[in-house]
Amino acid sequence: MAAPAKLQTGWPAPAMANIVQFENVGLRYGNGAETLSDVSFTLTTGSFYFLTGPSGAGKTSLLKLLYLAQRPSRGVIRLFGEDAVTLPRARLPGFRRRIGVVFQDFRLVPHLSAYDNIALPLRVAGVPEADVAVPVNEMLAWVGLSDRADAPPPTLSGGEQQRIAIARAVIGRPEILVADEPTGNVDPDMAERLLHLFDSLNRLGTTVVVATHDYELLQRIPAARMMRLERGKLIDPTGQMRFPPASDGAR
Amino acid sequence: MAMRASDRRLLGDRQGRRTMVWIMAIMIFLTVLAAAMGLSVASAGSALDRQLAGRLTVQVVEADAAKRDAAVARLLAGLRTAPVVARAVEVDRTELAELMRPWLGDAGLDADLPIPAMVDVDLRQSDDTAVAAVTRIAHAATPAARVDWHASWLAPVRGFLRTLGWVAFGLVAVMATATAAVVLLSARAGLDTHRGTIDILHMLGATDVQIARLFQQRIAVDTLTGGLIGTVAGLAVVLVVGLQIGGLESQVLAGLALSTADWLLIVATPIAFMLLAMVAARIAVLRALGQVL
Repeated sequence: MAAPAKLQTGWPAPAMANIVQFENVGLRYGNGAETLSDVSFTLTTGSFYFLTGPSGAGKTSLLKLLYLAQRPSRGVIRLFGEDAVTLPRARLPGFRRRIGVVFQDFRLVPHLSAYDNIALPLRVAGVPEADVAVPVNEMLAWVGLSDRADAPPPTLSGGEQQRIAIARAVIGRPEILVADEPTGNVDPDMAERLLHLFDSLNRLGTTVVVATHDYELLQRIPAARMMRLERGKLIDPTGQMRFPPASDGAR
Repeated sequence: MAMRASDRRLLGDRQGRRTMVWIMAIMIFLTVLAAAMGLSVASAGSALDRQLAGRLTVQVVEADAAKRDAAVARLLAGLRTAPVVARAVEVDRTELAELMRPWLGDAGLDADLPIPAMVDVDLRQSDDTAVAAVTRIAHAATPAARVDWHASWLAPVRGFLRTLGWVAFGLVAVMATATAAVVLLSARAGLDTHRGTIDILHMLGATDVQIARLFQQRIAVDTLTGGLIGTVAGLAVVLVVGLQIGGLESQVLAGLALSTADWLLIVATPIAFMLLAMVAARIAVLRALGQVL
């Protein structure tokens, strides 16, 4: 068995706590081969990470472990200082409310309006209806969709749906924001705006993890770290890599 | 999550809901009919018990009118002093003759016709001891006395009514079970239909109880809507049948009338079924969600 590849983030701020810790994590679906093998890394609070790698490398699987949609087959995952692998099912909702997720396929509720989709995390968290309208309208304005507030997702373009999904993920001011290819369906201008949003959230203290193929994007957040997955293994144990290797098929 | 307009929209599927409303309407319509039958039959049984079971008729079969009258006088004297007897009165001879007119014609009015004398007796309590006491008094008054306890010949009727009552309440129980089963199936189908939405809610941090509540509230509205339709239709049928029974002028069927408490019970049927459906939906959804992460 190969030695675990460990990402040393090496951030200088000593006050920063580890918000996520993976140790020798493996993930296997059914009886198939391991999708993720011996993945070890640590994310510090308030940092910004890109997760890269070719298609099928296991990026989405790793993110699923991160946002608690999946339990690992082996290894240790610590989230917010607690063991997430043995976390009782009843405590999952509380943890999930602290994590914002932008899904690759958006996962908007098709029969709810754009407004109601964005409001969903607040309503789930029990925020009074009177306190919902202002933040939702702000988010709609921020993603440039105020005029489409009443539109159900099937009537929106892919890019518009993507923006609604992002607004929904960040409205609850999560401690961790996980985004799977968040700029895949938007034009370059919108991609840059979204990235700036992630950057601003990061500056407010949110730990951001963005899975992407877009290497130009990586260079727009110079302070971000890069994690790279290949065939289910995390490479670049130094975490200092800033540019993709020439072998990357997604380049 | 409190039930808000947006929450109600979370689980869309209008067509499926309409179907559920009509299924519930039919189930509760049948339940209302069965409950009305059970309650009215129980009421008729009680009325029979009250009216007839504590009543005896003593016949004095004596051809000689003078002896018959003397025996009746002794009998009445004995009965009226007995503590178990509430009332003892001789049936008017003219009434008896009228009752026999269909068979005997005007000949029944002939004073010389040896019609037995009849004494109606109301007991203070309807039991074997009281009947035995009356029988002793009657036989002491005259050996020609025959005691006829109405409860003994009413026993088959009472048994039939009791069976009908059990059948009706059994039907109510079957309908309640069937309703719970329909709700379970509907909740499971709903979970499959809304799997995507449920996954999203889970990922946003919704608890199983919050999700189950969405299903509970939806099924409550559907059951209550269907229940009101079914109850109104059922009550209409019960009223029509009640009017027809009233027109029959039958003493036994007159006991089938529903009391105020019975009407209240029937009207409460949709609410009872709504609560049942909510519990069934909650159990089904929580069990199913417990299987996923």
